[in-house]
Amino acid sequence: MSEPLDPASLPIRSTLDIVTARHAARELCERLGFGKADQTRLATAVSELARNVIQYAGVGTCLIEDESDAHSRRIQVRIEDQGPGIPNLELALTDGYSTSGGLGAGLPGTRRLTDVFQIESVPGSTRVTIALVKPR
Amino acid sequence: MRIPILRLERILLVSIQVDLTDNDAMQFQSDLVERVAEIEALGVAIDITALDVVDSYMARVINDTANMVRLLGAEVVICGIQPFVALTLIEMGRGLLGADCAFNLSQALEMLKRRIAERGDTRFIGDEDV
Repeated sequence: MSEPLDPASLPIRSTLDIVTARHAARELCERLGFGKADQTRLATAVSELARNVIQYAGVGTCLIEDESDAHSRRIQVRIEDQGPGIPNLELALTDGYSTSGGLGAGLPGTRRLTDVFQIESVPGSTRVTIALVKPR
Repeated sequence: MRIPILRLERILLVSIQVDLTDNDAMQFQSDLVERVAEIEALGVAIDITALDVVDSYMARVINDTANMVRLLGAEVVICGIQPFVALTLIEMGRGLLGADCAFNLSQALEMLKRRIAERGDTRFIGDEDV
């Protein structure tokens, strides 16, 4: 099995970083052999999550990693911030719910785009982990 | 980064050729709305062929822009949505893009001209083919 591809660790500080993060996610996704549909799903999911960071926390980080093993190809993205946290997770994952005047499609939409979707949020720390997984 | 807005008689053509930041998108929205009002455009075609990601924010900006343009009195058609962008938008949730769509710019123009003709505004276009 080949060596994993280098991870990309990116700061999320401005709306420009949203564009950079989604480009980086698409690029690694492509290099891992995922098709265009998956590349677009992941890039879009990263865009949604990075925007949440800017909107609710101001700053955060985005870590994109090749987690492939002998059985499957797996690209994982972890987006973290030290913002106020999501007060009501269940509500935030409901379609059409938004505290920011948005479409309310961000989190529930992201969940539908990815194979793995985990979210941990307490005041002072929010961490969302998403992944696409494909058998080899 | 400003998106050029081309004028063809009283139709405006906009082709978004780069990945827009949120600020670019808002700038585009206000530039277009202003231009539509300025020339009292009858129709607007927005080509998004080059966008390989349309997230919920961008979808909202496009939707809102289309609605603003309609409020002013112009017809609007979005064209060139990439297949994987369409797939992602629908998977994310319903109703992300409510505007009328066409495959490409020439179809969008045909649609606009037909609609403008239906409204009885042909005299403003100066196009015998309508």
